[in-house]
Amino acid sequence: MANVNLNPNDGNNPFARTPQEIKRKRIELGAQFTFLMMTMALVIPMLWIMWDLAYRASDVLSYTYMVIGVGCVGLLIPYFLIEAAKRNEHKRKLFMGLAIAILAGISIWIVCITVFNMDNGGFDFLTLNPKKRMTAGGVWAPLIGTFLLVLLSLVISAPIGILAGVYLSEFANDNWFTRIINLAVVNLAGVPSIVHGLFGVGAFVYFMDMGRSLLAASSTVAVMTLPVIITSTKEALTSVPQSFRAACWNMGATKWQTIRTLVLPNSINGILTGVILQVARAAGETAPILFTGALYYKKIADTGFDSFVPYGLEDRFMALSYHLFTVATQVQDVPESFQFGTAVVLIGMVLMVNSISIGFRIYLRARKRW
Amino acid sequence: MAVDLMESKTLKPDVETLVTEPQAQEVSITTRDLSLWYGDFQALEDVTLNIRKGIITSLIGPSGCGKTTLLRCFNRINERYGNVTTTGEIRILDKNILDPDVSTRQLRKSVGMVFQRPNPLPISIYDNVLFGSNIHAAHKGISRSARDQIVEEALREVDLWDAVKNRLKQRATWLTLEQQQKLCIARLLPLKPEIILMDEPCSALDAEGTEKIENLIERLREDFTIVVVTHNMAQARRASDECVFMLLGEIIEHRPTTDLFMTPENEKTEMYIQGRYG
Ligand SMILES: Nc1ncnc2c1ncn2[C@@H]1O[C@H](COP(=O)(O)OP(=O)(O)OP(=O)(O)O)[C@@H](O)[C@H]1O
Ligand SMILES: [Mg+2]
Repeated sequence: MANVNLNPNDGNNPFARTPQEIKRKRIELGAQFTFLMMTMALVIPMLWIMWDLAYRASDVLSYTYMVIGVGCVGLLIPYFLIEAAKRNEHKRKLFMGLAIAILAGISIWIVCITVFNMDNGGFDFLTLNPKKRMTAGGVWAPLIGTFLLVLLSLVISAPIGILAGVYLSEFANDNWFTRIINLAVVNLAGVPSIVHGLFGVGAFVYFMDMGRSLLAASSTVAVMTLPVIITSTKEALTSVPQSFRAACWNMGATKWQTIRTLVLPNSINGILTGVILQVARAAGETAPILFTGALYYKKIADTGFDSFVPYGLEDRFMALSYHLFTVATQVQDVPESFQFGTAVVLIGMVLMVNSISIGFRIYLRARKRW
Repeated sequence: MAVDLMESKTLKPDVETLVTEPQAQEVSITTRDLSLWYGDFQALEDVTLNIRKGIITSLIGPSGCGKTTLLRCFNRINERYGNVTTTGEIRILDKNILDPDVSTRQLRKSVGMVFQRPNPLPISIYDNVLFGSNIHAAHKGISRSARDQIVEEALREVDLWDAVKNRLKQRATWLTLEQQQKLCIARLLPLKPEIILMDEPCSALDAEGTEKIENLIERLREDFTIVVVTHNMAQARRASDECVFMLLGEIIEHRPTTDLFMTPENEKTEMYIQGRYG
């Protein structure tokens, strides 16, 4: 048999690089570079779009940007100071003092400019209703409409979805019926939203006689978000190790006791993530609400309690996504900053919900250990 | 006549104690023609077995021969693992536990199980010990002092109290493996079980941990009937009174441990003890 020489270097270094190794290294570098480029191809356009949107909307939102920006920095710096104070015994008082000073300063500053600088627009874009065929005022009516829509649809879909997920993953036997349900759930998640919209018209608006209303639209959106909530609940439950369940069962716990005391507390994290991610979808989709309840324009109260709950369950309503479509394509002479402003408010709302969910998850993960 | 009667009355128990201790003769688990199928795969075949009370019985056999399956029959936990059919009879405390009027909840309360991998629940040590009591408690729950006492007694019994008494509120998953396994045994005790089943309780532990757990099992034998599955022949020899050898779902031999290891009756047993099966 030929004696294959695995180490062609005959110098003094027994661990010298071989030519193949150098070649492989080069290929690896090439691959790494390609992956980096692909990531950049995603990140750069996204950042650029966000920047462009934010910039063009700055006419109406500059004040909001400033408050949010200063607010974030103003909260982050004290947060890090407090963290540092926890670790550093000697300078604790100094750090805590600084943190409190910064917090106090910023709150005073925000109060001052809010009180004394009302005339530069302020939060007008957020708090005023659309006026003069959308060419003046702000986005309050659609903003609150979207908020109510999301809230109501979650109230419908979260309990149903979570409980169905618990049933499918913990109770259901593995038979053809469950398999069909599981298959249906997976496939429903991929159904285009316009189809859900048409389903909503048929099922809720006409068949259940809800008419075009906030309730019909919320139900439609709920149906659209259900499959993902069910799937993520199932996944979250599956991620709880089987050995914990075995331990419970072997002490005589019923399935429900096991789920309530052990499985749910350890998977709530993943379940909530699934639910919260659906907020973004519920807020952003236009198609499901287009035929089931969203309205081009509706006059609502400008102030007082009625401006916070302007739509009843039977009323039609304005929503941000539909409003964006309107101001961008359906009416003339809308200032550019209004169009982009609406988009930024919609994105901002979704981002805010997402960051709350991320924060919440970090908090829960810190408590969970196994 | 009268004297005769007197004599036989006093004599009889004496004779019995002379032959064997009557205590150890009592049977704790009896199975008759127990067969079990996972789907259409037969994992147990006509298992007929008497496991005596108050001793340690070890269950040996090559991987996949159905040791775990047999163990899981004794508290009917198999039913939670998919499509399982069981036929035959399992008597515990003179009741066939396969009868439809048996509450698995009450059954599992008196037949506890310890696993290969220590699996304390991801809650505090204190709550782990109380978990069983809590799920079986009437809805009002147990008073605080009673709880403290239950926890202390259970942990003392497994020799864990001194090590953890100052951190009872800590998560149980932070303990060492050996301590976790002790905790897993401790959490069965408040339920006052009759029988404790152990599925390779030491195989995740090092030599020192194994020894400590073995000593613990040795001490517990006074109060419970213990069935231990093990892969470790030396352990079976060391730490059990009777030994059951299984092969492909059947009981091959069941005799006092020393006899089984010194003079195996069946040649398959002999081959296994000499290490010729997996
Ligand atoms: N839930 C199940 N579904 C189907 N088959 C199973 C199931 N559990 C075990 N089996 C099969 O039953 C047989 C006996 O398994 P069991 O786990 O009782 O063996 P064991 O003696 O405990 O093995 P080991 O020593 O590896 O733990 C194996 O062939 C196994 O594949
Ligand atoms: Mg096993």
